[in-house]
Amino acid sequence: MKKLKGIGVSPGVAIGPAYIFLTGRIKITRRILKPDEVSRELKRFHRALEETIRDLEEVKKHIPSEMAQPLSIIDAHILMLKDPSLIRETEKYIRESFMNAEWALRKVLSRYRQIFLSLGDFYLRERVHDLEHLIDKVILALQGQNNQTVLKEPAIIVAHDLSPADTARLRPDTTQAFVTEVGSRTSHTAIVARSLGIPAVVAVKGVTEKVNPGDLLIVDGLSGEVIVNPTQEVIEEFLDRRIECQERRAHLSRFAKEPAQTLDGRRVAVRANIELLDEIPLALEFGAEGVGLYRTEYLYVTRKDLPSEEELYATYRQVVEGFRPEMVTFRTLDIGGDKFAEELELPEEINPALGVRAIRLCLKNPAFFKTQLRAILRASIYGKVRIMFPMISGLNELHQAKEFLKEAFEELREEGLELQELPALGAMIEVPSAVAIADLLAREVDFFSIGTNDLIQYALAIDRGNEEVAHLYEPLHPAILRLIKQTVEAGHQAGIQVAMCGEMAGELFCIPLLIGFGLDELSMNPQAIPAVKNIIRHLSYKECQELVEEVLNLPAPEEIRLLLLEWFEKRGLSPFWNFL
Amino acid sequence: MVHQKVIIQNDLGLHARPAARLAEIARRFKAKIYLKKGSRQVEAESILDVLALACTKGSEVEIWAEGEEAEEAVLEIARLLSQQIV
Repeated sequence: MKKLKGIGVSPGVAIGPAYIFLTGRIKITRRILKPDEVSRELKRFHRALEETIRDLEEVKKHIPSEMAQPLSIIDAHILMLKDPSLIRETEKYIRESFMNAEWALRKVLSRYRQIFLSLGDFYLRERVHDLEHLIDKVILALQGQNNQTVLKEPAIIVAHDLSPADTARLRPDTTQAFVTEVGSRTSHTAIVARSLGIPAVVAVKGVTEKVNPGDLLIVDGLSGEVIVNPTQEVIEEFLDRRIECQERRAHLSRFAKEPAQTLDGRRVAVRANIELLDEIPLALEFGAEGVGLYRTEYLYVTRKDLPSEEELYATYRQVVEGFRPEMVTFRTLDIGGDKFAEELELPEEINPALGVRAIRLCLKNPAFFKTQLRAILRASIYGKVRIMFPMISGLNELHQAKEFLKEAFEELREEGLELQELPALGAMIEVPSAVAIADLLAREVDFFSIGTNDLIQYALAIDRGNEEVAHLYEPLHPAILRLIKQTVEAGHQAGIQVAMCGEMAGELFCIPLLIGFGLDELSMNPQAIPAVKNIIRHLSYKECQELVEEVLNLPAPEEIRLLLLEWFEKRGLSPFWNFL
Repeated sequence: MVHQKVIIQNDLGLHARPAARLAEIARRFKAKIYLKKGSRQVEAESILDVLALACTKGSEVEIWAEGEEAEEAVLEIARLLSQQIV
């Protein structure tokens, strides 16, 4: 039995086998084969290839049918592994240059990389990444460390670090816990783990070396303890602790449906961010007071052609009815033009985040935009609906979008639909220019919703998907806090409500600040709702306002974080545990 | 040897998915099938080599096949390449 210690960032106790998830470039050893080892090495190579192909076929089998089209690239990946040219080249290096299989594969990879990159085709550059990834998989199989993307059995993921892409591939139903070597309470893994309700411990030094695949692990996401191969006695103690955790969670969910009100009586609406129909029961169970962000991209990205008004309407109606009498906030399509290159004849963009996406894409394609608006308006008859436009950067866009909405509304009325009045209309505040003119935008809409993920990305000039700069992504950056404050003030001055629907809104650590800023509504992943409501009930609005004053005087995120920790501690509250 | 010239019609050219379709078809036939563009010739079964030919929409390629079922193979592949591939 070994005891390791890290930082507990997502509470809960898990017991299960370790699954070592290797990320980043894999180190390979280069070895010159003896002539009599060649035939064995060739066999080894073919076995690893076959194993990797089998794995991919397994992944393919588990893809839900609506995702089959976008993920059909896996077929191409399988064919790459069956590529006669790739096999021949690798065999040649093994047979004639006496390289071990790992080395030979890397040689072949670097040859294709050179060819593909020399063609200067953006799309082929992407395929180089695919090939690198595939060859890494084969190399892992060669080393007996099969890195499957689908865990077949529940396991605890142990990794040096997990990129957003890695975490997206891990399925919550088989991932029992995360343990990483690096990271902090605010790192991506921590945030994802908390939003999924999976225990996580980060900053466990050397864990990928100290733990072997299949070792039995106990992970305590509150204390940060990781126990390797525990004794029976310790296992029993932890099973008790797990029951205690479940009881706490049950306690929280008992009050999930009660409203969130501060000690001094300020009421804050806590709503859910949802994307799929099957999230509705979960959101309701966790006490969502309606939907603060309904992401509407799913029906568009899972297929090649465009969905019809009827299809959109049928789905939207189910969502609206599902939450009635509570409200559903539709965010109109927030997507890059690259997804519809064929239908909409858009040019390829070098920098899609700053290109024709979200409201820009919609305004450029009126028919396309109006189809969605009509579907939303038709669904609005069946419950309470708000509409918000993403990525508004100036007044003009807002005017145009409103114009389209009015047109769609009039059209439907002329067609005989009984629409009483336009739904409440909001602007998403996620581009820094929108904050600067928030006072002007506020006169045009009924509410604001701050999308912190994009706002942080645009304000700090950081692409969160880029691992080189991802660590600079910082919700507690003084600039971000000022932008939020300015937005809330502008909204309130104009007499409209201000909501927040980014990840930050579900971070317990940030809640006192958000309450102090005066946000009227927080919208988050459904799992986070009971804990957020609970913490709000233990806060005083007045104290939160004082906290904000103090925090705004601090120059850097590190100091802000320390002050927040102290603040929580003084009140006997834990920012990381969803119970008092 | 059977051969036929075609103009690539797919909007995105012979990218991963169409190249995968091509490789799948090529694997089904007993004939040896090649794709030739300019002076470069690759096996149709090799998705990587086909991608490396960088055939964009409108580029002219030649399909070559030899052996059993060569004619049928060329016909079917010509049909694939001269249409919009999803």
